[in-house]
Amino acid sequence: MQVFKKIGVGLAALLASLNVYADYSWNFPEPVTPMALDTLHVHNKFMIITAIIFFAVLAIMIYSIFAHRKSKGYKAVADKAPSTAVEIFWTLIPFAILLLIDFVIMGIPAYHSVVMMEDTRDQSNMVIKITGSQWRWQYEYLDGDAKGIKFVSNLVTTDDQLHNKAEKGEHYLLEVDNPLVLPVGEKVRILMTASDVLHNWWVPQFGSSRVAVPGFIRETWVQVEKAGTYRGQCKELCGKGHGYMPVVVNAVPMEEYKVWVAKKQEEQKAASEVKEMTKEDLVAQGKTVYEKNCAVCHQVTGAGLPPAFPALTGSKIATGPIFGADGKYLKDSHLDRLLNGKGVMPAWKATLNDTEIAAVITYERQALGNAATVDPIVQPTQVKAARE
Amino acid sequence: MSTTTVAHHEEHSDHPTGIMRWLTTTNHKDIGTMYLTFSLIMFLVGGSMILGIRAELFKPGLQLMNPDFFNQLIGVHALIMIFAALMPAATGFANWMIPLQIGAPDMALPRLNNWGFWLLPPSAILLTLPFTLALFGIGDGALATGWTFYPPLSVQGGIGVDFAIFAVHLLGISSVMGSINIIVTLFNMRAPGMTLMKMPMFAWGWLITAFLLVATIPVLAGAVTMLLTDRHFGTHFFDAAGGGDPIMFQHLFWFFGHPEVYILLLPVWGFIPQILQTFSRKPMYGYKAQVYSLWAIGALAVVVWAHHFFTAGMPVPALLYFMYSTMAISLPLAVLFFCWIKTMWKGSMTFETPMLFAVGWIILFGIGGLTGLVLADVAADAQYHNSYFVVAHFHYTLFAGGIMGIMAGVYYWLPKMTGHMYNEKLGKLHFWLTAISFNVTFIPQFFVGLAGMPRRIPDYALQFAEFNMISTIGAFILGLSQLLFVYNIISCARGGQKATDKVWEGAEGLEWTLPSPPPYHSFNEQPVIK
Repeated sequence: MQVFKKIGVGLAALLASLNVYADYSWNFPEPVTPMALDTLHVHNKFMIITAIIFFAVLAIMIYSIFAHRKSKGYKAVADKAPSTAVEIFWTLIPFAILLLIDFVIMGIPAYHSVVMMEDTRDQSNMVIKITGSQWRWQYEYLDGDAKGIKFVSNLVTTDDQLHNKAEKGEHYLLEVDNPLVLPVGEKVRILMTASDVLHNWWVPQFGSSRVAVPGFIRETWVQVEKAGTYRGQCKELCGKGHGYMPVVVNAVPMEEYKVWVAKKQEEQKAASEVKEMTKEDLVAQGKTVYEKNCAVCHQVTGAGLPPAFPALTGSKIATGPIFGADGKYLKDSHLDRLLNGKGVMPAWKATLNDTEIAAVITYERQALGNAATVDPIVQPTQVKAARE
Repeated sequence: MSTTTVAHHEEHSDHPTGIMRWLTTTNHKDIGTMYLTFSLIMFLVGGSMILGIRAELFKPGLQLMNPDFFNQLIGVHALIMIFAALMPAATGFANWMIPLQIGAPDMALPRLNNWGFWLLPPSAILLTLPFTLALFGIGDGALATGWTFYPPLSVQGGIGVDFAIFAVHLLGISSVMGSINIIVTLFNMRAPGMTLMKMPMFAWGWLITAFLLVATIPVLAGAVTMLLTDRHFGTHFFDAAGGGDPIMFQHLFWFFGHPEVYILLLPVWGFIPQILQTFSRKPMYGYKAQVYSLWAIGALAVVVWAHHFFTAGMPVPALLYFMYSTMAISLPLAVLFFCWIKTMWKGSMTFETPMLFAVGWIILFGIGGLTGLVLADVAADAQYHNSYFVVAHFHYTLFAGGIMGIMAGVYYWLPKMTGHMYNEKLGKLHFWLTAISFNVTFIPQFFVGLAGMPRRIPDYALQFAEFNMISTIGAFILGLSQLLFVYNIISCARGGQKATDKVWEGAEGLEWTLPSPPPYHSFNEQPVIK
C-alpha cells in the first residue's frame, strides 16, 4: 500500500509541476499583422475542411469494421462491376468534389494570400535590411530619419541558464540585448540576406518567414498593427548555435519610435568617434564584446572547441605581430582575421565598430591567458586607419 | 524450361554454408532475408538515436549533449531511417515476394542482386563511423547539417559531410541496382498468361518505385558530388561569391527528395490492398483504378519538388504552380483511399495483426496525407515550414505510412517466409502499443509546431515544455514496444506452430500456392495464369 501511496503522491506532484507552465496553445499565436491574420484564417478553414473529410471517412470505416465482421457472421458480398455510365458517374462526382475543394475552396483564398505575401512594395513606408549570421541578427535601417541605424541583436540568456545552473527567466532563449524597433501601423519592407549560411527570420505572430541566403537579397514585409514585444527564432538549421538566435521585435507607436530613432542616432554618433584609450579601458570593453560575440565558439576561457574552433589562449595569431614595418596590418594577422574572417571565422568589419574591434583584439591579447609583447594593444584609430 | 533441367538444377543446389552462404548467395530469398534483417537492425540504430534526441528535449535546458552532437543525431537518424531502414525493407520484400508472386524462379539479375545488398553494410558504416572517429579525436563527428545537406552549412561542415556524401553514393548505387533488377524481372519473368494488368498490386507499386529511383537517384548523386567539389576542389556551384546559388542545391536535392517520399510509400501501397483483400475475404476493389492512380502519383511526384522550400523565395508564378500541382496529388490519392476502404466494405473481416496494422495504417496515413494538403498552401506554409508541424506531418506519412505499413507486411508474410506462425497475442499488443504511443508522440508536435517551435533546435522556450514532455514519454514507449516486434520475429523464425501453405483463409496469389517456407528454388513447374 505504501508503494501505491508514493506513486500517487508522485503523480500528483508531476501534474502540479505541469500546471506551473499551464500555457497550452493549440493553434497559431495571436496574429498582429494582416498576413498573420490571413494565414490564420486560411489555416483554420483548411483544418476544418480536412477534419470533416477525415472524420467522415473514418466514420464509414468504423461502421464497416463493426458491421462487416466475420465474427458476426457477415458474409462477404462481391463487388459487381458497374455499368460504364454508372462507373463514370461515380468517378466524376468525387473528382468534382475534390477539384472544388482543392482549387476553388482552398485554391482561391490561397492565391490571394500568395499575391499579398509577395507584394512587398505597395504602400511600404520604410525599408530595413536584416542580415543573419552565425548566430545573431543584424538590423539596418535604410531610409528616413532612421537611415544609418545599424546594430546587432544577440541572445542574452546566460550559459548558466542553458545548463540548468541558474533559474530560467520568463523569456528563456527568446531574449536579446538589442531588439528590432518598428513603428506600429507602418508597412515595412524587409530585405533579407545572410553573411555565412542560410538562416530564416521568423516571428510566428507576424506570419512571415523568409530564408536569408548569403549573396542574395530576399524580400518580405510586415505591418504590425498592435504595440507590443514579439518573439521568434531562426528556423533554418544554421549550425550549432541554431537554437540560440532569437528574433525580438518591439512594435511601438510612431511618436515613441521617433524618440527611439533620435536617441539611437545620437548613441551611434558617439560610438563612432574614435579616440585613444588606455589598455585597461580597452580590455574592460573588450571583455563585453568578446563574451557577446566570440565566446560562443572560442569559449569564455579562450580554450575554443578544437578542431572546428581553435583556442585563442596561446594562439600564434593572438600573440604574434599585427603591424608591419610600414605601419600597415599584415596578412593573416590578428586584425586581418577579425576584419576579414577566414573559413568558418566570420568577417566582423561590417558588424563591429572601430572601438569594439580594437577593444576585443586587445582583450584577446592581454587576457584569456595571453600577454602579447609584440603589438600589445590596438587603438581604435589604428582600426579606423586599417579600414581605409 | 523442361522438367528434366529443373530436376538437374535441384541436384546442384548445394551451396556454401556459414558466412560464405550469405556473402556469395544469389538466391532471392537469402538476399531478401538479408535486406530485411539489415533493415530491422538499422531501424533499431536509428530509433535509439532519436530516443537520445527525445531525452534531451524532455525538458528545457541542455542536459545530455551539446548542440553540435544533437545536430549530428538528427541528420544521421533521418538518413538511416530513410536509406537504411525503410528502403531496404521494401527491397527485402521485393526480393522475397516478387518472384513468388509472378511465378518466377528467381530475380532476373542474381549477381547484381547480391552486390546491391552488400553495398549497404559499408554505407551504414560510413554514415556512423565519424561518431566513433570523433571519440579518438579524428574529425568533429558525423554530418551535422540535417539529412538535407543544405549548403553553405554543409560546405562549412567537417569530415562527417564527406562520409555522408560517400554513404549516399553507395546507397544510391545499391538502390539503382535493385531497381534495375526489379524492372528487368517484372518485364521478363512473369509467368505465362500474367499480363501487366494481371500483375499483383505489390509488383505494380514496386515497378513505379523502381522507375522513380532510376530517374531521381542520379540527380541526388550529382548534387552531392557538386557539393563535394565545392568543399574540396574550389568549385562554386552553391557559392554566390563565385556565381553559384545555394538554393540551386535545394532544387536538385528535392527533385530527388520528393519522389523519394513516394519511393518509400509506393511499395506499401502495393501490398496493403493485398492484405485488405485477404482479411476482408473478397477481391480488391478497383484494380485498374489503383494501377492508374499509382502511375499518376508517380508522374506528379517528379513535378512538385519546390513545395519543400516555399520560404526560400521564388517568383509568384512558381509558387502558384508548385502549390496547385501539389494539391493535385490529392486526386489520385483519394482514389486509392476510396479503393482501400471499398475493399473492406461488405467484406467478411477478421482482425489478425496484419489487418490491424493495415487498418491503423489507413487512418494514420490519412492524417499524414491531409496535413500534407494543408502544407501545400504557400501562405500558411510560411508558418508551418521547418516547424514541428512539419515534423509531425512527415512522421505520419513515413512512420505510420511507411514503417507501420512495413510492419503489416512483416506479419502478413512472416509465416510464409519462416514456415511458422508468429505469436498473435504479442503481435496485437505490439500494434496497440505502437499505434497509441505513436500518436502520443506526434500529436503534441502538431501543437508545438503551430505555437511556433522550430525543428532542429536542441533547447526550447518554456512555453513548449509540457507538450515536449508528453512527446518524449510517447517516444520511449514507442521505442520500447518495438522490442516486442523484434522478439516476435526472432521467436517466429526459430519455431512455433507450423504455418499452412495458404496461411490465411482469404489469401489469394501465387505465393500462397507454395509450401511455407517455400523451397530454396521456388517453382519446379512454371505456373500458368489463366
